Amino acid sequence: MSASDSVHAHGAHDGHDGHDDRHVHSHDHGHGSGAAHGSLKGYLIGFALSVLLTAIPFWLVMGKVFDDHTVTIVIVLALAAVQIVVHMIYFLHLNTSSEGGWNILALIFTMVLLVITLAGSLWVMYHMNANMMPMSPHDMREMP
Amino acid sequence: MSSLASEPINTANPPSFYLTQEHHPENGTMLGFWLYLMSDCLIFAVLFAMYGVLGRNYAAGPGPAQLFDLKVVAINTSMLLFSSITYGFAMLEMARNRQTATLIWLAITGAFGAAFVGLELNEFAHLIHDGAGPQRSAFLSSFFTLVGTHGLHVSFGIVWLITLMTQVLKHGLTEANRRRLSCLSLFWHFLDVVWIGVFTFVYLLGVLR
Amino acid sequence: MQDRTHFMQLLLGRLSWDAIPLHVPILVGTFIGTATLGLALLGFITYKRAWGYLWSQWFCSIDHKKIGVMYIVLGLIMLLRGFADAIMMRAQQALSFGSSVGYLPPEHYDQVFTAHGVIMIFFVAMPLVTGLMNYVVPLQIGARDVAFPFLNNFSFWMTTAGAVLVMMSLFIGEFARTGWLAYPPLSGIAYSPDVGVDYYIWSLQIAGIGTLLSGVNILATIIKMRAPGMSLMRMPIFTWTALCTNVLIVAAFPVLTAVLVLLSLDRYVGTDFFTNDFGGNAMMYVNLIWIWGHPEVYILILPVFGVFSEVVATFSGKRLFGYASMVYATVVITILSYLVWLHHFFTMGSGASVNSFFGITTMIISIPTGAKMFNWLFTMYRGRIRFDLPMLWTMGFMITFVIGGMTGVLLAVPPADFELHNSLFLVAHFHNVIIGGVVFGAFAGITFWFPKATGFQLDPFWGKVSFWFWLSGFWFAFTPLYVLGLMGVTRRLSHFDDPSLQIWFQIAAFGAVLILFGILAFLVQLFVSIKNRVALADVSGDCWHGRTLEWSTSSPPPEYNFAFTPLVHDQDAWWDMKSRGYVRPLSGFIPIHMPKSTPAGIVLAGISLVCGFALIWHIWWLGAAAFFAVIATAIAHTFNYDRDFHIPAEEVARVEQARTRLLATTV
Repeated sequence: MSASDSVHAHGAHDGHDGHDDRHVHSHDHGHGSGAAHGSLKGYLIGFALSVLLTAIPFWLVMGKVFDDHTVTIVIVLALAAVQIVVHMIYFLHLNTSSEGGWNILALIFTMVLLVITLAGSLWVMYHMNANMMPMSPHDMREMP
Repeated sequence: MSSLASEPINTANPPSFYLTQEHHPENGTMLGFWLYLMSDCLIFAVLFAMYGVLGRNYAAGPGPAQLFDLKVVAINTSMLLFSSITYGFAMLEMARNRQTATLIWLAITGAFGAAFVGLELNEFAHLIHDGAGPQRSAFLSSFFTLVGTHGLHVSFGIVWLITLMTQVLKHGLTEANRRRLSCLSLFWHFLDVVWIGVFTFVYLLGVLR
Repeated sequence: MQDRTHFMQLLLGRLSWDAIPLHVPILVGTFIGTATLGLALLGFITYKRAWGYLWSQWFCSIDHKKIGVMYIVLGLIMLLRGFADAIMMRAQQALSFGSSVGYLPPEHYDQVFTAHGVIMIFFVAMPLVTGLMNYVVPLQIGARDVAFPFLNNFSFWMTTAGAVLVMMSLFIGEFARTGWLAYPPLSGIAYSPDVGVDYYIWSLQIAGIGTLLSGVNILATIIKMRAPGMSLMRMPIFTWTALCTNVLIVAAFPVLTAVLVLLSLDRYVGTDFFTNDFGGNAMMYVNLIWIWGHPEVYILILPVFGVFSEVVATFSGKRLFGYASMVYATVVITILSYLVWLHHFFTMGSGASVNSFFGITTMIISIPTGAKMFNWLFTMYRGRIRFDLPMLWTMGFMITFVIGGMTGVLLAVPPADFELHNSLFLVAHFHNVIIGGVVFGAFAGITFWFPKATGFQLDPFWGKVSFWFWLSGFWFAFTPLYVLGLMGVTRRLSHFDDPSLQIWFQIAAFGAVLILFGILAFLVQLFVSIKNRVALADVSGDCWHGRTLEWSTSSPPPEYNFAFTPLVHDQDAWWDMKSRGYVRPLSGFIPIHMPKSTPAGIVLAGISLVCGFALIWHIWWLGAAAFFAVIATAIAHTFNYDRDFHIPAEEVARVEQARTRLLATTV
């Protein structure tokens, strides 16, 4: 909280004149925002990896590299997962110590809920569709 | 100050029950913004679930293979990726306290973002023109909503970016402005992460069906 | 003429004189009553010249204590509205048998039960628990305010704006007739073409923004702003439950937002998410809304578990039994609450494997709740229990809630649920846990912390009258519904043919009247307490012999909460301070850094309200204008960097000396 530290230095709650002055001062000791800024090297590594991890799946799908779609799907999904991790590390600067570990804890919790929401909905709705009659006559005609 | 919170305090007599100096808790903005992003992530989770469940209900209308042009998607993806790295450069310049360079990189980031939104709107216009609008089938409803929500987020990010550039111009790289730029940085990169999900699940896997 | 209609439609959308329900005598009467009361209140404020005071000291205040009080006032006002709906339904069902049709036509009755559910959950229970958390959490952790004081004010006004929209639907247009979760396809444009569902959507969306932001806010507060020495396992248990509650809020409310957006797209744009044709799937709405809905149940109940824990420990004069197990139980409930949502729609037809999974997880979640019950019992065991009002509410809760919980486990068995689904047994079950849990907990919390907030206690006699009316009224009102539900009577019916059922509905209506007396007794209690505030005053700041930090400061606390930030050595920090000879500091005061009040929150919420109203009535130009006005105002607000100030040391010294003198008069 260096903004308030500098108010201490001025020793008074200032009017509007002192106010701009205070902000000029404060960036000399501005490190309190708590975010890691990363380095040029980090950003470049992240960028190179992302380009690679984006180009490969597009190439696999557009160039029809494998005849078996299942192989392509598995690889594309795996590369997407890796790229998400790359972005988290190199662009979002996520690590186990940022904000005292609360960031990663929140992320893990969110990921768990994300999986529950996605997988749960698909599972539940798949079984419903398997068990129940279709909603409309049109869908009924489409039934195998 | 925060380190005190986790370490046990010597409780030998006579214990002290209060601080005689003003206590300055750490600023919570970055954490609070991260928590907001997590909640945003769950909005996207719902939209992805919607697409997952309804994404094959074409209602005798067109499917992904007929509609999606992967070349356009690839260009779009690269726009977003470029904007990510240029935002990173802006943050690096900010860390080195160079205001003009920061602003220039931010402007470039905004331009890439605008290009992304423009291409997406163009794609939407084509689809709607071809009779494949969001009202056509549940598949198209969930497609437009998922991709459109992402696009709305990017547009909002651009408005925010312009606001912050004005504020940096006006007040300089102050502590508050740095914190705001860091928040927008999280937001911007987060949207890139969501886009990975979009191009993988919606476009690539869609075309493979 | 044609041009004129077209122009009016452009100008006012769907809004016209027909929207004002002048032909419904009940609504006209309600309107006259409300308007008279409202004008009397406004006149009184004007007569007292209190507008400036209210505006600057309350409406624009970002003091978490004042915002907490305002939340609770909002919750209590909306309780009156929600209860009016309830007693109307009870009266209708008691009268409407055989040839008698009662006094509420079906389309009005449907609005009443929808409004009752929406109001009680979103605008009574939520504001009450949010208000308690807002007031108490910063005090319990030794902080001066929340992490984002402006957002706190904004959140409150957004919640209020949602409540105002629901109230407006009473007199302009109508409310949804769909039940409180607005299931499609009934809530779709094809079957609900009028404004009711739109009122529902926009009031929840606007209030939802407030709820989400206040969730983020309290989370960041608890994580970042605890007093030095207060490690996680030294946090008061109410703060722990508040932490878990707000995790749930941040993780669940986006799902509600998203699913309501999808429903509005179906209604406004014509998409096919939940429609019957073009590949839509209405059950997906049910699935998604319960992914929010089940955690929501725990959002309501967890904070009151915290209240009961504080109350039991305080009034038994003992440390809470099994603090660690209480914390773990809370965390386990937090996570498990995401794995049970399908038990709300076992009958959807997902089949045996899916239903068994969710049935079993539902039964598992009752285990940590049971563990909590035993912890409270063991805390009371061999304690020196004082049966003051908060303790009475807690005892009432323990008996009522256990029975409600057990009927819940019955419903968790899928085959039993196929019989009881949508029956009055279900209605009885969830009222059993929500009234027995959340409402009793809110009253326990209000009576417990009222002296902290005001400096005087609530009158015990009228409090006891209120408690006994509520408790007996609850059992009279809902036991008959269990019986009827087991006989197969379904919910949401405004007329019955079988006269043999009538006696049960009459008993239930009698119970509702008892609850009415309970509410009236509470209002009398407030009035009598304010009148006798000198006799009921507490200058010690610690009238219950409390255990946690909020009792270490004066009642009501000064603006800055604590003259010096406390250092925490124990989980019952204030008890520890008292038992080890803490001496209140009398000198050495320092300037205190505080946030500044701002009207931005109420302005933003006001424009959002206009935006919502315009979208409901399809007044597109106004909706667009208000939307851009919200964005512009929010951006303009970010240009205000002058957000804090210091309370000078002399001011702090003056306030503290006043307290010293006051304390000296009593000892």
